[in-house]
Amino acid sequence: MGASASDAAVTEGAPTRAAYLEVRDAGKQFGSFVALQRVNLAVQAGEFVTFLGPSGCGKTTLLRGIAGLDPPTTGRILQGGRDITHLPPSDRDFGIVFQSYALFPNLTVAQNIAYGLRGPAWPKARVKERVNEMLGLVGLAEHAPKYPAQLSGGQQQRVALARALATEPGLLLLDEPLSALDAVVRLHLRQEIRSLQQRLGVTTIMVTHDQEEAMSVSDRIVVMSRGRIEQIGSPAEIYTQPATPFVASFVGHSSRIEAVVDTPPGTVVAQGVRLPATGARLMLYGARVVCFIRPEHVRLHPHDAAPAGALMATVTGLEFLGPVVRLSLEAGPLRLLASIPPADLAALGSLADGKVAVTLPPEHLLVFPDDV
Amino acid sequence: MMSDAALSRPRLSLDQALMRGGLWLAAGFLAIFLVLPLGALLMRAFETPQGGFAGLANLAAYVTTPALLVAAWNSVWTAALTALIVVPLAFAFAYALTRSCMPTKPLFRAVMMLPLLAPSLLPALALIYLFGNQGMLRGLLMGNSIYGPIGIVVAQVFHCFPSAALILSVALSTADARLYEAAAALKASRARIFRTVTLPGARYGLVSAFVVVFTLVVTDFGIPKVIGGQFPVLATDVYKQVVGLQNFNMGAVVGLVLLLPAVIAYALDRWATRQRAATLSGRAVPLRPAPRRARDLPLLALCLVVAALLVGIVGVAVWGSLIRFWPYNLSLTLDNYDFTRFDAAGWSTVWLSVRMAALVAMIGSVIVFTIAYVLERGRQDGALPGMVRFAASVPLAVPGLVLGLAYVMFFNHPANPLGFLYGTLAILVLNSLVHFYTVCHLTAVTAIRQLDPEFEAVGASMRVPVWVTFWRVTVPICLPAILEIAVYLFVSAMTTVSAVIFLYGPDTKPASIAVVHMDEAGQASAAAAMAVVILGVTTAAKLGQLAVGAVVGRVTQAWRR
Repeated sequence: MGASASDAAVTEGAPTRAAYLEVRDAGKQFGSFVALQRVNLAVQAGEFVTFLGPSGCGKTTLLRGIAGLDPPTTGRILQGGRDITHLPPSDRDFGIVFQSYALFPNLTVAQNIAYGLRGPAWPKARVKERVNEMLGLVGLAEHAPKYPAQLSGGQQQRVALARALATEPGLLLLDEPLSALDAVVRLHLRQEIRSLQQRLGVTTIMVTHDQEEAMSVSDRIVVMSRGRIEQIGSPAEIYTQPATPFVASFVGHSSRIEAVVDTPPGTVVAQGVRLPATGARLMLYGARVVCFIRPEHVRLHPHDAAPAGALMATVTGLEFLGPVVRLSLEAGPLRLLASIPPADLAALGSLADGKVAVTLPPEHLLVFPDDV
Repeated sequence: MMSDAALSRPRLSLDQALMRGGLWLAAGFLAIFLVLPLGALLMRAFETPQGGFAGLANLAAYVTTPALLVAAWNSVWTAALTALIVVPLAFAFAYALTRSCMPTKPLFRAVMMLPLLAPSLLPALALIYLFGNQGMLRGLLMGNSIYGPIGIVVAQVFHCFPSAALILSVALSTADARLYEAAAALKASRARIFRTVTLPGARYGLVSAFVVVFTLVVTDFGIPKVIGGQFPVLATDVYKQVVGLQNFNMGAVVGLVLLLPAVIAYALDRWATRQRAATLSGRAVPLRPAPRRARDLPLLALCLVVAALLVGIVGVAVWGSLIRFWPYNLSLTLDNYDFTRFDAAGWSTVWLSVRMAALVAMIGSVIVFTIAYVLERGRQDGALPGMVRFAASVPLAVPGLVLGLAYVMFFNHPANPLGFLYGTLAILVLNSLVHFYTVCHLTAVTAIRQLDPEFEAVGASMRVPVWVTFWRVTVPICLPAILEIAVYLFVSAMTTVSAVIFLYGPDTKPASIAVVHMDEAGQASAAAAMAVVILGVTTAAKLGQLAVGAVVGRVTQAWRR
């Protein structure tokens, strides 16, 4: 991973205006294992931010650090201008939903939601009112007297959400809240969480390893890998302008091509194949690079009508995915993925001989310096 | 540079400070009532009777006294023989309970537990009725005496059966059905499947069972005391050195020797437990036996014989306690239950035992569960949690007799400010609690580990103090386990002899000790009667647990349904 690349990514996410939550140089070490490495992050009030990355990338460690459950070993965390680095969880202002929900199994839905509503600020009548309000908000009004075990997974999830929001926290933390649910419920619930968050305007941080989930709900995504932040940006930025090779390969599908910068400027050579690449224009001759190209950017042409500079490819696999067909191609030494609408497949003519012409648009070739 | 400046030192919250404080209290409790007494015992073994440093002189005296070495050897071989008899028998019984389709399994399960409810003296007394000098079946021994190794081994087999059968039925009930299906699909014969799948699956259970039986026999005091006759073993030697000869230093040495096999056995068992945990795959498909007469009928017959023997031995003790004058006048009477005729203390020993056991159960379940909670759910940094965890596992390896002796040496020491405890009910309660600590601790830990690890974090995020979550969530969910702990402590404290025999005072004599005394005085019928009373109380407690458990279940466990 290029140090320069990730540092660049970090500066992109540096605070520009007063942020609601600020993480400065946070690091965490377990023995000799570095779980978090000088992480910097600013979250604006009302924002929905997702930590995305493979397991072990430090995203949950960072979340637990923000919650004060496992405080970072170095660095500071500020919430609403207050330094909360040293504060125990009970002195902070957040609500949390765990992957397991951690609903109290011996308390009813209503009792679970009312759990944090205690003390002089919450007389009985007000608690009841608030619980009913929360139950209405998550659409579980008729389930109030039930125990968690009597609810479906999606309903339990909603109870956990209502419980976390009941005390009106300034910050909502979601630790893989949807991963225990099956696919259909998951799609539905993530939109519900998003619309609830927008209605209440509560600053939210979610941890997930599911990129589609992250893309669909977030204002901004923090892509993490090996204890570092790789990139912070809107879903579109992350997808179209990945800052590092890791982001390019982790978010969405892509074909990876190793190459060397050649002349004239804007050309790379991958195992003897010359490819024009806009991104390589400012790179030094002879530099080793890794290039990525998204399947939907790979252009296919009938092999008997190949445009100039096209590569001849053999189709080695074909998957029908509904809206698109994904083809695995071998173009000489290169292995490529391409996806095209089924209708366009017919326009390619007969694939009987398995031959097709391929062009890679230079502006869509993502080029990164390769520093192994 | 900057990261150095920003090095954070998280402040402990009130919750965490409370948990940490609780852990320090736990460490203090275990230090005063377990570690320091054992330390006192250890030191005493290297002292002269006058309190000077003796070096290895006591040990040397021990090794050069043939009578003492003979006792050690006797302990070892009777224990090994008992284990060799009990383990196969218990294996067959457990196999029948878990792998067959024989009828009335719950009944067999209940009968299997019977010996646990009785003091270990009870089978010894029953054997004396049957095979003693006036025994009705004495002829079956063909001239051998029941007083000695034969009596010890037979009584120990009865006494240790439930422990072995419990361990083995757990080991046999965690089988993966797919292994059996795979073996059958590969056309393995039944004998081969048994040899290659069943036995290897249960091998660590077999090791555990063997080790537990061995330890139980070596450390048991009641049976050799009553039926051992002139046959010396380690447990009776400690008693003889301390109570008979008032030689505390040699008593301490023998105590250390007694600790040795128990510690080895304990280490072996820990090893076996770890291996077993490693072999159990998470997604095993439970095995459901199919009926097969060729297997079920012989197993049923075996279980009937074993159950008849278990009930029979208890029955003989009950019957003997009701006989006017064994074996000459077999008419029935309740005279033997009029304990004032045999012992000035009379029935008061029973009430004392009940009071003591109830205190152990009440105080113990609170202490054990709270310590397990702060240990499991508190912060795990520093050396303290590990030390407390280790200390909590030590009592399992310390024989009651050794712990009792350690208490005498520690609390009876003139310089000990806690000396006022000596001879009081309090010391009996504390000693019993520490003696039976580990099993209860493990039960509590298992129950707590089944809870979601984030309960406290959720509570903290809502600014709910940890004790509220403990009281509203943890305790209600774990109530069945807490009840289990309380009843286990009650039954153990009612039946124990070895843990308290050095510690009772003139006004604090438990019923189990009264049994020993009446037997020593030759009042076998009264001793049997007292043992039967103890069995009655513990059985009532066990039945009470079932009843209370049902009520508690309905009131607090509604969410489970």
